[in-house]
Parts: sequence; structure tokens; C-alpha cells
Amino acid sequence: MGLLDTLLGRTKPKQPNLDALFALPSAAITLEAAASLVPTGTGSVCFRAAEGRAFQDMERDIRELLDSDASKEAPPVEVTADSYGFTWLVVRQPADQLDALVTDVHAVNSSLADAGFGPQLLCSLIGFRNPGKPQSKLAVVYLFKRGTFYPFAPLSGERRDNALELQVRGAIEGELAIESDLSRWFPVWGAPGL
Amino acid sequence: MARTRYAPDRGLTARMGLTMFLLGLVFVAFVALLVGILTAVHAGGAAIVFFPVLLGLGLGIGSLFYSDKIALRAAGAQEVTPQQAPMLHGVVDRLCALADMPKPRVAIAPTDMPNAFATGRNSKHAVVCVTQGLMRRLDDPEELEAVLAHEMSHVAHKDVTVMTIASFLAIIAGLMVRFAFYGELFGGGRGRNNNNGGGQLAILMLAMMAVSAVVYAISFLLIRLLSRYRELAADRAGALLTGQPSKLASALQKVSGQIAAIPTRDLRSAQPLNAFYFAPALTKGQSVSNLFSTHPSLEKRLAELAKISKQLGQ
Repeated sequence: MGLLDTLLGRTKPKQPNLDALFALPSAAITLEAAASLVPTGTGSVCFRAAEGRAFQDMERDIRELLDSDASKEAPPVEVTADSYGFTWLVVRQPADQLDALVTDVHAVNSSLADAGFGPQLLCSLIGFRNPGKPQSKLAVVYLFKRGTFYPFAPLSGERRDNALELQVRGAIEGELAIESDLSRWFPVWGAPGL
Repeated sequence: MARTRYAPDRGLTARMGLTMFLLGLVFVAFVALLVGILTAVHAGGAAIVFFPVLLGLGLGIGSLFYSDKIALRAAGAQEVTPQQAPMLHGVVDRLCALADMPKPRVAIAPTDMPNAFATGRNSKHAVVCVTQGLMRRLDDPEELEAVLAHEMSHVAHKDVTVMTIASFLAIIAGLMVRFAFYGELFGGGRGRNNNNGGGQLAILMLAMMAVSAVVYAISFLLIRLLSRYRELAADRAGALLTGQPSKLASALQKVSGQIAAIPTRDLRSAQPLNAFYFAPALTKGQSVSNLFSTHPSLEKRLAELAKISKQLGQ
């Protein structure tokens, strides 16, 4: 924020950065090679619904769009609300088609941004799992406002597997813009589709 | 580029700009008058100007740099970790990610008065504090989120720094009245003893006292006006951040009703902190003139939020 904005008490709502998501599929290959983590085929978009008719209409349009163009084998879009009042749209594609998943997620994002609700976007999650260790889960979280990614590995009882997160950071650092400020790696406990 | 639904409130910006301009104008006029008086009388009154300015600067810088510690101490608040208050931290984390700002520290004050404040001179030193009473009454997490979004907008707008600098003039003018008054007492006595220029010095002191008092009164009113505008700006930014102006409105309504219902004795001790609070704790209900209050009236705030809600729905 500039000096004038500070003086006049203005905040410009931060517009999201949508394009960095497309770097994910190539990073996923590295992730599999380095940490034997494979995509689960589940991705989600988290946003803060605005009140009023306009947002509701747009939300319905997005769901119709995704449900209609999704291929026959893909299940429909799932909508859930979390305890913080944020809405999650969960999209599913076959596990080997990360490109299609990212395209779906991007469709949600750009619909929101086109309707003028880009500032409402919080983050996107792409799920990963380790076939050798069924209890180990990981999500690569994309922060729309920063244009950066961070890994989130939940353990039971609201603990995080920091070792795995840091290992993943090391593995994909070269391919994705990893959030450098660790205090912004906020936990998304119980995120749908994880 | 997508169209934006977050149109700035030009009227509010213009009024805020005008208020600051007037404050600056009063400051310039004040300095010019002082210089004029001092040169006209050729007297050793420089000390009367020098010490208040020095003291005022010291006070201003001190309160700016220690604002977080002072406010937390005064409220008896304790910083909490994510383990101690996971819900609160979760809300703050999400708001920071939405607004793309660094995460402030989070504190809880153990009082039952429902309120919240943000302090610290910039985002790096910011602390957001809520009272236990607020967390207990706002059982809907979205209302708590709305209040926190308002407080984080204060952080984003650097309101502590802006208001401290704006208050600087009033602090100096107030100190100068006091210095001139004591100078009159002691300097006047000395003047009678040696009967040499004493009358002149007395006039100098009286003139400075009068000018300072007028400047103090004007800048006091302007600062309060500025504070009300900045509250409205924070309401607006907070409501747009969450996209839920009505949640903020309902939180405001709940909190304001509760504050009026609380006995005055507790509230009086909280008054020095009022300027930083989410909603002020007034001791005398609504009878306090709007001119002197740090916050806009509840009706005004609700009306502004209703406008934003309408904009978002279109």
C-alpha cells in the first residue's frame, strides 16, 4: 500500500494470481520421483462467499459448468462449508489426469475472478498420497493472493508432519514458487478432499 | 481485466483528506503565530516553545514505538499461541491470506466487556486483541471474523501511526498551555521583582496560552473527526475483505447493546483505550455529543454497511 492509501485509509482488495497453478503437473512428477507422492485426483478451491444474490448466482453457474463439461466418469462437484464460514468446491478427476484437475480448478478460479469476486479466493488444494504409507497425506496449497505454494501434511490430532512438509519443499522448490514466509503456511485442518 | 465490485468510497476519502488538510493548516498557522509572537516581543520565551515540542516529540515517538506493549498492558491482555486459541488463530490466518498481509500477533484480554482492538505502529509490530467477553458473546465465528477483519483493516491502514502523528499537534498545544501557565506563575513573579520587561513577558505568556488553547480545541475536534472517518474506512475495508457486511453489522449491534448494559465503574477504567477499540465504551450512554466521540454512531455505521451489502448483491 502506498503512502497516499495509508493516509486516506484505503485498501485495494487484492486480486488473485491464477496462472501459477499450471506449473503443478510438472512439479507432481518431481514429487513422485523425490518423495514417492502421487496425486489423489482430488482438488479443491476455498473461497469466502460474499453475501447477496450476485454471488449465489455465480456459485450455481460454476457448479453447473463443472458438472456439465466434466467427463462421464468424473463424479460431480461437491460443495461443503467449513466451520470458519468458507466454502470449498471439491473437484475429482482420475488420479493420473492432473492436467484435467488443474484445468477444472482453474475454471472455478477464473469464474470467480470474471464475476468480480476474485478477492474472495483464499486457496486451492491438490491432494497427494504415498502409496507405500496409507496414513500419510499431503496437500499442496496454493495461496491465490501471494501466487505461492506450500505443503501441508496433517497427522491425526491436529498435528502437522513438519519433516514431510520440509522434505517436499526441498523437492519442488525449483519448480514451484514456494511461500518463503513460514508464518503464512497456515494449517487447513479437515479441508475437504484431503 | 474483470470488473471490480469493490468500488472505493470517494466521499469518505475526500472528507478524510479534507480533515487532514485542515489539521495541517492549523499546524502551519500555529507555528506561524508562535514565530510571530516570539519575534514581536523579542523575549526569552523560546523555552516555552522548545520544551513542549521536545516533550511532545518524545511522548509521540515513545507511544508509537511502545503502542503494542502499552495497549496490551493496559488491557491486561496476554498473547496466545495457535495451540491455546486454535479457532482465533484460524480466523486470523484466513483473513491474512485473503488480504495478503503478514500475520499479526494475537492476544486475549481476560475481561468480560465485549471488545477488540488492534495496535502496533506497522504490520510487523501489530497485535490484534479480543476480550473473552467478545468471544463468549459472538458465538457465530463469522461475526468474530467480521470484528477481526475490521481490526486488521486498522492494521493495514496504519491507523495507530496516523492517529499518533495527527495527535502530535494537540499534544504540543496542550503542553504549551501548561508550560505558559507555569511560566506565567513563575516568570510573572520574577518580572515584578526587577520591574524590567515583566509586563511584556506576561503578555507573551498570555498570548501563547490563548493561541495554544484555541489550537488545542480545534485540533481536538479535527482529530476526533478523523478518528470517526478512519473507523468508517476500517468498517468498509473489513466488510469487503470478508464479503459479509451484514455479519459486521450484527456483531456491532450485539456488542454495542452489551456495552451500554455494563456497569460504569468497569468502563471508566477502560476509557483511555477507547480510540483503539472496535466499539467505544461510553459511560454516559448516547448523550455524549457526536462531535467528541472517537467512533461514529451505531446508526451511521449500520447505514454504511447496508450500502456495501447492497453493492455486493448487485
